[in-house]
Amino acid sequence: MLIHNDTIVALATANGVGAIAVIRISGPEAIAIASTVFKGKNLIDVPTHTVHFGLIHRNGEPIDEVVATIFKSPKSYTGDDIVEISCHGSSFIVKKIMQLLIAGGARYARAGEFTLRAFLNGKIDLAQAEAVADMIAVDSEASHIAAIAQMRGGFSQDIINLRQELLNFASLIELELDFSEEDVEFADRKKLTDLVTSIKRSVDALIKSFDLGNVIKNGVPTVIVGKPNAGKSTLLNALLKEDKAMVSEIAGTTRDFIEDEISIEGVNFRFVDTAGLRETIDKLEHMGIERTRQKMKQASLIIYLFDVNTTSENELIEAIDEIKLLSIPYLIVGNKIDTTSKKIHAFRNFDGIIYISAAHNAGLEALRTKLLEAINYASFKTGNTIVTNMRHFESLSNTTTSLHKVLLAIEQKTASDFLAQDIRQALYFLGEITGEITNDDLLGNIFSKFCIGK
Amino acid sequence: MFRKYNVIVVGAGHAGCEAAWAAAQMGSSVLLATMNMQTIAQMSCNPAMGGVAKGQIVREIDAMGGMSGIISDKSAIQFRMLNMSKGPAMWSPRTQNDRMLFAEEWRLALEGNTKIDFWQEMIAGLVVKNGVVTGVRTALGLEIEADTVVLTNGTFLNGLIHIGEKTFGGGRTGELAAKGITEQLVSLGMEAGRMKTGTPPRIDGRSLNYEKMEEQFGDEKPNKFSFGDTKALSKQKSCYITYTNNAVHEILKTGFEKSPMYTGRIKGLGPRYCPSVEDKITRFADKDRHQIFVEPEGWNTIEIYVNGFSTSLPEDVQLKALRKIDGFENAKMFRPGYAIEYDYFPPTQLELTLETKLIKNLFFAGQINGTTGYEEAACQGMIAGINAHNRSVDKEGFIMKRSEGYIGVLVDDLVNKGTEEPYRMFTSRAEFRILLRQDNADLRLTELGYKLGIATEERMNNWLAKKKHIVEIDKIVNGIKVTPDQVNGILSSLESAEIKEKTTLSNLLKRPNINLEVFQNISAEIAQLYLQYEPNEIEESIIQLKYKDYIIKEEEMVKKLSNLDGLKIPEHLDFETIGALSNESKQKLNKIKPKTLGQASRISGVSPADISIIMIYLSK
Repeated sequence: MLIHNDTIVALATANGVGAIAVIRISGPEAIAIASTVFKGKNLIDVPTHTVHFGLIHRNGEPIDEVVATIFKSPKSYTGDDIVEISCHGSSFIVKKIMQLLIAGGARYARAGEFTLRAFLNGKIDLAQAEAVADMIAVDSEASHIAAIAQMRGGFSQDIINLRQELLNFASLIELELDFSEEDVEFADRKKLTDLVTSIKRSVDALIKSFDLGNVIKNGVPTVIVGKPNAGKSTLLNALLKEDKAMVSEIAGTTRDFIEDEISIEGVNFRFVDTAGLRETIDKLEHMGIERTRQKMKQASLIIYLFDVNTTSENELIEAIDEIKLLSIPYLIVGNKIDTTSKKIHAFRNFDGIIYISAAHNAGLEALRTKLLEAINYASFKTGNTIVTNMRHFESLSNTTTSLHKVLLAIEQKTASDFLAQDIRQALYFLGEITGEITNDDLLGNIFSKFCIGK
Repeated sequence: MFRKYNVIVVGAGHAGCEAAWAAAQMGSSVLLATMNMQTIAQMSCNPAMGGVAKGQIVREIDAMGGMSGIISDKSAIQFRMLNMSKGPAMWSPRTQNDRMLFAEEWRLALEGNTKIDFWQEMIAGLVVKNGVVTGVRTALGLEIEADTVVLTNGTFLNGLIHIGEKTFGGGRTGELAAKGITEQLVSLGMEAGRMKTGTPPRIDGRSLNYEKMEEQFGDEKPNKFSFGDTKALSKQKSCYITYTNNAVHEILKTGFEKSPMYTGRIKGLGPRYCPSVEDKITRFADKDRHQIFVEPEGWNTIEIYVNGFSTSLPEDVQLKALRKIDGFENAKMFRPGYAIEYDYFPPTQLELTLETKLIKNLFFAGQINGTTGYEEAACQGMIAGINAHNRSVDKEGFIMKRSEGYIGVLVDDLVNKGTEEPYRMFTSRAEFRILLRQDNADLRLTELGYKLGIATEERMNNWLAKKKHIVEIDKIVNGIKVTPDQVNGILSSLESAEIKEKTTLSNLLKRPNINLEVFQNISAEIAQLYLQYEPNEIEESIIQLKYKDYIIKEEEMVKKLSNLDGLKIPEHLDFETIGALSNESKQKLNKIKPKTLGQASRISGVSPADISIIMIYLSK
């Protein structure tokens, strides 16, 4: 449901790593919400069009030093009150600040929503607005596809299960309400509490799993694949050596648990299964064997490394085709350019090959840049990881808040029609991820499970 | 032979009667045409009104000035307020009714209204000129002129009754089906479909052994439907509860090969929530018994309605199976249960005023729109009657909002979503359930009904007084402070936490299970309240106080959503011209032709992004 009188927030600058990121908050509560997380001047008291240095904090714990710019209605881009927070351009920080603002009552803006408000408030003309309409149409479709695409594998199954569990729970409550005269057994309060608790646990786990901070902390799972003697472990060592200060070698009880991590401009790349890579590197068969495939599937990024001297164009085509099937971002890296006597003409038909010499530290800088770009590409490919994640995060956070209220209501023996109000909220918020959950869904679920009807 | 009428109502069931009543109250000259004047306001299925969600609808009809509540009160033989253990939004009035008295009271009411004329004959067709209906044509070939026509044909349009392998045309047992109207409307371009419903056998009450059943009494202090001055019951009749068992199920199964449901002879869709007993034992095979309500059909009749035993199996199988039910060992049947298929018109072809989009001045109400239930039919009849009158005097159509009543929810659902099975109201269909309570139906709707001209001056004055009293009571209660000495004894006896210091009475009233009555004797002020005000006024005031937070929360939602409902979409907007919309949305929007952005947002498949896009184009 579209509501145009609440407060919305979004990242105003491009996603990805830049020096500065700008977060824009617009709506009647914009200044009040920003002031709750801003330490410095009281933003509520400052005049319009002023800039303030301060600290964004969570319950006193500092997150980032920022500059906040205040625009008071109607003299702003959207015509609403606006606060623009310029913070350091790390995805992690941006994410944290956004989470705080959403927790404070702002809602994550939908595609084109700032511009839509600007239009509705008479700030921009129709020609501009029509362009926005097209953009909303395209973006909403894209983000829908992205949201689905992102829910690959276990995650999407989690969400489907969650939806069903919540639907079942809501059905139990609605059953009591609409079918109290029927000869069906109603769930006792203990069972309902257990059910909500378990649903809430799943939601909370998902919230955690969504946290981009976790991804940054845990690193981007990356694999290097290639034929024997392509130079995989040389490359890994070269990258590690360059990044000595940030290397963390976590020694496990067995070598299988050894992982290497490098940090490039704050983004950690975690090389998956490097123990295997080191030990079995020469035993690895050509591309396509099951083990390699499995390993690649776990990755968020694949580096395909080949020896420019010994690889034919056909081999390269085959390898790339194989990787493409996985729909995971990849880099094609040609190694050993130092030893080649021939020009690299053979590979002219391939775009974007990065040429390096792992042994001589040549081209590694370019590779690093490409690794970062690939991550942005990854975000883009999966529908703007940050944006989509934030949306999901927001929906899930709201879901868990509603579920908390449901638990409280059960505990306080609140009548189930009031309980249902909070459950509907939870269904609504979860529906933002899973698609709308309608009253017809609920009734359908009841009719399929219980024998209703005199 | 006939004058020209403002409104002709075809059919005199629950929908037709309310339609005729509403239009006549508002000042229209009305002709009520029915195939049989002896069956005006027949309760074709169970002899009861109200129930969960349906009871709220009856209260709403009454609050608006309709008759269903008054008729139900006058013909009630038992009253129960269902769901009393839940919050007040769920309290649902229900009556058992005397079937014959119900029909008689309706007929007396209609006959007492001089604006209403009657004609007994089948209406075989409509007179339609240039897309506008101008009257009806009877089976005898008479043409009767009118500004507007309301069709409330119930199950009569090409009605086909099934009992076992036997089928025969009919609108109810012993009554003919109506032919001609469907065919004409389809030829004019309307889409028609088939639906199915069923009814259980009727039994000779003298042949039952009630000793073996569980008695279900009416409420100790029976309430009533009407906000007006009808009387609550002083004596009541009981219902009885018994159960099917495996022996019953086994016998029923022997009839399956002759069942019209299983042999595929019935094509129409039946309701999932009102399954036949054969459906129940098939779909829920693990259940070894199903509940049966034994309901008397009136004060003075021995006829019994076997609620829960709807069936279209062969009559001999019905009787054999019935006799295996506890208490039914010697049961004698008056008539077998049957299934009936009938034509309906998918309601997405209607405006929110219940006027058809295709044919101007033609209104539909009741089962013709794919609904089921007396209450659902009655309230549509009222809405169609109001709008048929308004059209005949060139007034704007009346649309009840979803936030104003279940009636608004029902019409909005039908028009925007359509229905795949007979549509019945459930409280879960209403997003503002907490606001749409039976206790406040008058506060929500009586002023509307008065302004429309249905509710009388007297009702309006009562309404004003009640509103005033509720505020007074609230003020008094909010001013009362109580001490631990005064209330701790009462609280602990109700297993509610004792208080440590002086607090406001309203704080205590917000606790579950704590009501004002328990404090009646602690202060003169509270005792005085009970002398000064009506119990329903005190109840209403306390409900508003007790559930204030929830009520406010929903009121805020209503306010937010009403922004979109306030944004009108021009009548002739072609959504195809809005390039940015998806093709699916364009098609749906062009089919439903929503009048406001709010309505557009409720059409299934129309996304929030679509609404933003339309909003931009509307601002052109």
